[in-house]
Amino acid sequence: MKKELLNILKKNCRLTYDEMAVMLGVTAKEVQEAMKELDEKGIIIAYNALIDWEKVDDEIVTAYIEVRVTPQRGQGYDKVAERIYKYPQVTACCLMSGGFDLFVIVEGKNMKEVALFVAEKLAPIESVLSCSTHFVLKKYKENSVVFNGFHKDDREAVVL
Amino acid sequence: MNISSIKNLIRKNILDTPPSGIRKYFDLINEMKGAISLGIGEPDFETPWTIREEGIYSLEKGRTHYSSNAGFIELREEISRYMDRKYSLQYDPKDEILVTVGGSEAIDIAVRTFAGPGDEVIVPEPSFVAYKGCVMFTGATPVTIELKAKDRFKLKPEQILDAITEKTKAIIIGYPNNPTGATMDHDDYAALVEVLKDKDIIVISDELYAELTYQGKHASIAQFPEMKYKTIVINGFSKAFAMTGWRIGFVCCNAEILDQMKKIHQYALMCSPTTAQFAAIEALRNGEDEVRRMTEEYNRRRLIMVDGMRKAGLDCFEPVGAFYVFPDIRSTGMSSDSFCERLLLEEKVLMVPGNAFGACGEGFVRATYATSIENIREALIRIARFVKRIKK
Repeated sequence: MKKELLNILKKNCRLTYDEMAVMLGVTAKEVQEAMKELDEKGIIIAYNALIDWEKVDDEIVTAYIEVRVTPQRGQGYDKVAERIYKYPQVTACCLMSGGFDLFVIVEGKNMKEVALFVAEKLAPIESVLSCSTHFVLKKYKENSVVFNGFHKDDREAVVL
Repeated sequence: MNISSIKNLIRKNILDTPPSGIRKYFDLINEMKGAISLGIGEPDFETPWTIREEGIYSLEKGRTHYSSNAGFIELREEISRYMDRKYSLQYDPKDEILVTVGGSEAIDIAVRTFAGPGDEVIVPEPSFVAYKGCVMFTGATPVTIELKAKDRFKLKPEQILDAITEKTKAIIIGYPNNPTGATMDHDDYAALVEVLKDKDIIVISDELYAELTYQGKHASIAQFPEMKYKTIVINGFSKAFAMTGWRIGFVCCNAEILDQMKKIHQYALMCSPTTAQFAAIEALRNGEDEVRRMTEEYNRRRLIMVDGMRKAGLDCFEPVGAFYVFPDIRSTGMSSDSFCERLLLEEKVLMVPGNAFGACGEGFVRATYATSIENIREALIRIARFVKRIKK
């Protein structure tokens, strides 16, 4: 039941407890309890809206940054990653295989703000060897959702 | 001769066949703002991209010619594997599979191969509106069976026995059923096999909605060895793979029958659209995950829809196949027609009156859940408000 509940929530977390209960064949109370448990166990981490900021006046600039670092003795990459992801400007941070070590997503009000963050905060961190910053020009798809993908239901209202 | 005398030349069988009753409210809803249609008998999903891509690629490559009449052999081989994998039915791709222009063509040519003036074809109702029409066009007589809500709209052996005469050539069975959403399992068919196995009657089994079975496994009467040789299985891509507009389906049956059906297909259609055939090959090779994803989504909406209809005060049999619910509206004291008309005019929700699928569908309405959960949610609020108002 929990797996199916997660599948439902992944697609749409605005269904009511009653609706999810009907879909799962359980009571609304059971859904509520299951969700509480999933929250407490840290399985469901957050319920976020996916926003197309381009359509909002105060635009947000996103940069994808490839960071090369020296791993620290006894702590590997975790410690330096933590020093990076604790900044609120960093919205995502992953350890990568391949040509660089950490993949960091940074958001800011404009390019200057992001560039300054990289220059003043990220790059000077002791174990950081280099940063390669790529600004996002246009988002086509995120979290399996196509931006501007919505189109009117243009099916014939009645068929045969 | 003048225009008014043309009617005298048109065959009586065609004139006597009524147009589909489903289209009745089409003009009305088209002029309405904010209306929600639960009348659409097709998936709201777009064809999965991997399938569309193959169609586009075939066009880019200039593969725009006819295929063999029966369809590309690669496609027939995929169909053969698919039918075996999914339904344990074995058909030889060389001479037991025909690719058709949708399931609709398949129904038409199957009926035409066996029925003509003076013959009878048994059509259980409520059912897909085209069955009766196809029979009437041939000059044969459709003999209807009334499926009952108390039987969960399953076909019963005694009903078949009552309908059979010495003129009976074929029976058309359609499960999972449009419009009721009913299904037949293996045991249900076993009972029918008992009465059909010794009769010289062809079974036309329309299994277009087979993939959309939400409880248990889809069963086919062709799975019974004593029935397989005289059963024509019709399936396709429209519903399962969300490919309605591509117009592609297929028929599986023994070569003796298929050779004859193939002639009609050959002269009337040549072959099915080749772009659709290339896309269909991809659908069978790599489309099944997408089918599962869509089916899971339909199932969630189905549960919401049934629950909502019941909460609105309508008696609603639980459908376990296709993407329709078929609530009983007799408790409102209204006819199916006036219920649908008033619901559309007063609450802007379109459902299809049950009698469009046969006289015995009177007292019921068909609603599809092949639409977004937001539409379903809003439609259910309006339906509940409407039922409450008229039951006062």
